[in-house]
Amino acid sequence: MEIRNTGVLVTGASRGLGLELSRALAREGARVVMVARNARDLDDAVRVVKDDAATAARGGEAHGLAFDVGSKEAVHRIGGAAGALVGDIDIVVHAASTLGPLPMPLLLDTDCEDLERVLAVNLVGPFRLTKVLAGPMVLRRRGLVVFVSSDAAISAYAGWGSYGVSKAAQDHLARSLAAELDPVRFLAVDPGEMDTKMHADAMPDADRATLARPADVAARLVTLIRTAESVPNGSRLVLGGS
Amino acid sequence: MKPATTPRSLRKLRILVVDALTGVQATHPARALPDLLRAGDLVVVNDAATLPASLQARTSAGAAVELRIVGATDVDGSALHFTAALLGSGDWRTPTEHRPPPPAVGVGDVLAIGDELVAHVVARSVLSDHLVHVELGLREPMADPSAIWAALYRAGRPVQYAHVPAPLALWDVQNAWAGRPWAVEMPSAGRALDIGTVLALRARGVEVVAITHAAGVSATGHPEIDAQLPFPERFEVSEGTARAVNRAKARGGRVIAIGTSVVRALESAARSSGGSDDGRLRAAAGVTDLLLGPETRRAVVDAVLTGVHESDTTHFTLLKAFADRATLDLALASAVREDLLGHELGDAWLVWGEPAAPRVAQREAGGRCAPAPRVSGATVAA
Repeated sequence: MEIRNTGVLVTGASRGLGLELSRALAREGARVVMVARNARDLDDAVRVVKDDAATAARGGEAHGLAFDVGSKEAVHRIGGAAGALVGDIDIVVHAASTLGPLPMPLLLDTDCEDLERVLAVNLVGPFRLTKVLAGPMVLRRRGLVVFVSSDAAISAYAGWGSYGVSKAAQDHLARSLAAELDPVRFLAVDPGEMDTKMHADAMPDADRATLARPADVAARLVTLIRTAESVPNGSRLVLGGS
Repeated sequence: MKPATTPRSLRKLRILVVDALTGVQATHPARALPDLLRAGDLVVVNDAATLPASLQARTSAGAAVELRIVGATDVDGSALHFTAALLGSGDWRTPTEHRPPPPAVGVGDVLAIGDELVAHVVARSVLSDHLVHVELGLREPMADPSAIWAALYRAGRPVQYAHVPAPLALWDVQNAWAGRPWAVEMPSAGRALDIGTVLALRARGVEVVAITHAAGVSATGHPEIDAQLPFPERFEVSEGTARAVNRAKARGGRVIAIGTSVVRALESAARSSGGSDDGRLRAAAGVTDLLLGPETRRAVVDAVLTGVHESDTTHFTLLKAFADRATLDLALASAVREDLLGHELGDAWLVWGEPAAPRVAQREAGGRCAPAPRVSGATVAA
């Protein structure tokens, strides 16, 4: 996919991989809409991305929309405002996700409402936003939707049940959409273990030296986005260690 | 005819096919649309998303007023300039004629919308005291456009219809392919198709492409304003869509517009391509004041799929660009007999006119096209 001058929407953009990916894409000249729930964190993140893009030779733009992707009401607000700000959206990256309550409980100790909230943010939210943003892509016969996945979508770990279930389902969302809507492209991408707040929340005792830097992972993801047309539609890809 | 009082679901939505040449009429389920077309035809939709155009506001004196966006003068990026009608306190549950008149509003006034958004009145219309030009901003100065757009989306509601009792959410008024939020009311003919229909059309060999047209408000309840509707509306026909039209014409395919806003955009583009001698449609963008009616000589569109409206509406009048009064009256009688639901959210009819004439033959036909996106001077004056 061409990145320069392309309208891009990234969720979970106030920190971690979402922030670094927004920054990397804006540096490459994309017109990036950054979505996150917390307005203050998002403002700071947008400022970082804008300032960084301004130093790049062919830097693009960044805009922030503070909405909760787990809320149905928010979805057309995000889509409409994003369309007003940057026009056609050709690339969407679903990087927002939640682990649920911390420390992460066993599945049988998980409140039903907590499971529902994890599914709302990690599965139903990306579904709804894709429903709104991929329709125009079908008409244009062009576009890429990336779902950020996890090793927990494939392997089962004690305490990771809600999150793993949501990510496994999200992988299949990508495959199913690809089966229906080709040539619009859908990919699930496991970024590997990264040194992020989410990782620290889940595993506070992890050795951070063994974790990949989000900026490095974002750079690999940009390369993948650029070459997405050569990857089989609906693929699940592992970006690999540091 | 009964109006639809809730959005008609696609499973139940029906299409009355009306052929102005043969007089043949028949009703089909909307899902059967691909069967009504042939390989080589071209379907064109309007990909404008629908704005939350109804804003509950207060004057500095505290008087309640509804600000109803009737047209966007600049809807992209940094500037949020809108033409808006002022309605008295209350909402769509009260018939407009029973609502009190709106409070007096003058240039320089600032209307508060919820707790974050404000509307600066920058001009008043010569048409009516109840029509103003506003610039939206936040209470907090120096706000980012993204913050203003987010606030508009949080505060606004879609324009509601008196015959639809339950409030419509933004989800109810978007087409499956909606992109940039240019429309003030839903380009509602698009409800007759979903993504499955688009894929089924393509599988049949029918191309599906989009124009963008800022479909405006259908009524404000102020007679002096409504008499001037539709206002000039912004439109864009892309290079790709113009090429698709030319390809379809070259192979003998027919052009089917999904909604009257698509007719307005394509025929406006044809008129701005009128200077070209090859008769080919060119990409075009601007503001159009083209009005469709019995005098319209269509250059591009062969058929229109649109909601069914009563014969005393302007909507009905513009269908006379496709079929004469007698044909439409007969069709309307069929619609009533078949119990089709009318208005924006109901069933649809697909009206085939005489095949559109090539452009070169009719360069003198009515309709003018402004070259740049700019509101018509007739609409708003300081």
